[in-house]
Amino acid sequence: MAKRSAPEVNAGSMADIAFLLLIFFLVTTDIATDSGLSRKLPPWEPPTDVPVIIKEKNIFALTLNSKNEILLTSGGDSELVPLNELRAQAVKFLDNGGGEGKDVCKRCKGEGDKASSDNLDKAVISLANDRLTDYKTYIAVQNEILAAYNDIRNREFKKDYPNLEMDFVQATEMYQDPSTEPKVRENLKEKLEAIKAIVPQKFSEAEAKRD
Amino acid sequence: MSKFKKKKDGGLPPISTASLPDIVFMLLFFFMVATVIKEDNLIIQNSLPKANQIEKLDKKKPISYIYIGKPSPNYIDTYGTEDRIQLNDKLQSVEQVQAFIAAERAALAEELVPTLTVSLKVDRDAKMGVLTDVKQELRKTNALKINYTTKKGDALDN
Repeated sequence: MAKRSAPEVNAGSMADIAFLLLIFFLVTTDIATDSGLSRKLPPWEPPTDVPVIIKEKNIFALTLNSKNEILLTSGGDSELVPLNELRAQAVKFLDNGGGEGKDVCKRCKGEGDKASSDNLDKAVISLANDRLTDYKTYIAVQNEILAAYNDIRNREFKKDYPNLEMDFVQATEMYQDPSTEPKVRENLKEKLEAIKAIVPQKFSEAEAKRD
Repeated sequence: MSKFKKKKDGGLPPISTASLPDIVFMLLFFFMVATVIKEDNLIIQNSLPKANQIEKLDKKKPISYIYIGKPSPNYIDTYGTEDRIQLNDKLQSVEQVQAFIAAERAALAEELVPTLTVSLKVDRDAKMGVLTDVKQELRKTNALKINYTTKKGDALDN
């Protein structure tokens, strides 16, 4: 009897099997979203602290109600502001520079209104929300406030370090990127810290109102 | 006279599909490597809001996830329609947040404990009430680094 060679295994269905697995993985996995607004909570302290006195003109107080309206109280006036004007209003407030004498703001580009904030260091933004405020509104407001701070930080970063050819946000990204060389990172960190000291984020969140 | 006819000349040879499995396997491996399997099986609705002033979380530092939202349609009969907190695989009450953070810290090397970031994955339609309570608990347990995890997009059309 003649020797028969082993028959070739049919590999045609291999592709089908692999496709099935591929589709399974496509459906069951999701690409993780691991980015967002980073914030720092204030430490828990017994409420015995003496309240810090801040001049009213240095406070940009935002209150979100249960209908997702934004009430802005600044310089003695209260008004409802639409979300899309919030960033411009916040920049105007932070950058006002109405201080005199030792409170004078050299970096501010604003109007210098006496009834608004003294300088970048003194200006405080406060945000209070109702328990029934929607989270999406809260995030949008947080985002706009951070954007206002980033706008000013970008400007100052570009002014102080024009030869780097990037702004504060890009520099932060580069600093956080693990593939950046340690030497470059050290250098960037120093500059970022300097800008953060010039434009501090004085952004306080009061506890939500009980209703 | 043979059983097999000789191939006619001039006809187009069939395209070989022998390498197709290889290509598909390559795609398969790519997806297996590039995607992250969900850490937690969500019982609650969790569609994140959008923001554009975002920072990436450093994967090398420890991250704990807290989910807040309404129970998914399948679970409404069991858990109702109020906003709930999900820690790991279960719905928990606000008081258990501290215990959860303590357990997360216990699982870490000691030098990494201060770098623990809490990623708050809150549904866009959730109310602030529960989140406020969670934030208070986090303050009490001194887990102060938080991140409101969001999608990238314009916050104005949330």
